[in-house]
Amino acid sequence: MITLPEVLLLGTLLFCISVAGIFLNRKNVLILLMCIELMLLSVNINFIAFSHFLGDIHGQVFVFFILTVAAAESAIGLAILVVMFRNQDTINVDELNSMKG
Amino acid sequence: MTQIIFYIFGAMLLLSATMVVVIKNPIHAALFLVLSFFSSAAVWLLLNAEFLAIALVLVYVGAVMVLFLFVVMMLDINLSTFKDGFARYFPLGIIIALLMVVAMGMIVGSDYFATDTYKQIDTSMTSSNTKLLGYAIYTDYLYQFEIAGAILLVAIIAAISLSMSKSKITKSTHPNEQVSVKKEDRLRVVKMKTEKKEE
Repeated sequence: MITLPEVLLLGTLLFCISVAGIFLNRKNVLILLMCIELMLLSVNINFIAFSHFLGDIHGQVFVFFILTVAAAESAIGLAILVVMFRNQDTINVDELNSMKG
Repeated sequence: MTQIIFYIFGAMLLLSATMVVVIKNPIHAALFLVLSFFSSAAVWLLLNAEFLAIALVLVYVGAVMVLFLFVVMMLDINLSTFKDGFARYFPLGIIIALLMVVAMGMIVGSDYFATDTYKQIDTSMTSSNTKLLGYAIYTDYLYQFEIAGAILLVAIIAAISLSMSKSKITKSTHPNEQVSVKKEDRLRVVKMKTEKKEE
């Protein structure tokens, strides 16, 4: 039998791995986008775990909406990335300083 | 038995997520991300979320990850510059990840929330997961569902309009220039001698 703390721990570990990934790969925008996908996945695991152990379907509805928004986000993010590469010839975060932010 | 399968797929998920983070080549990272989505879909199947597990495989592995791979392969990026700060930020990343694991683990495992008292509820006999989810989406969450559709439409329009190149290949007309055109712009009167027909 799976218990709730095990699944929550799985989501926690996945979230922490992706946070560490954002720290380690702070130059490559592509890997940053992938780490954001992993973070959303760990949130979804938490929602599904609670939906299963509380017997409530509404958690899965929220996972459905998160999947929708994540798909839209990655599509727009990759489109921005393609335009950025076409204009600047790089996706290195350190070289994207034209706005002096 | 269920627990063993859960541990196998959970370990696979964590390992492939770690590989996404530490691997050098973005193509391999995208493929490991596919593997982590697959194993988390298996975990969701164990938690009786059948519809969402299949949707994860179809939507994420089938569409989003193919988009990722397509972009990774299309961009001609220099791989050597990306791992410059990797060793420098490695201790900081590990420390922050461990701190977050400890903090969140204390919350998850604390007696106050008593998360281990929840028993697994067997919903498989009552109705199918897809049917329950469909009832919830199309009754309680109908407006939200339509907003989700609108978000996808906005994403389609934004992605197309961002990535559409304004190159010289597109033969579009400019109405302002078309109206204000003068006779001299288009018509050229050439003066030349009349030629005689040679016998």
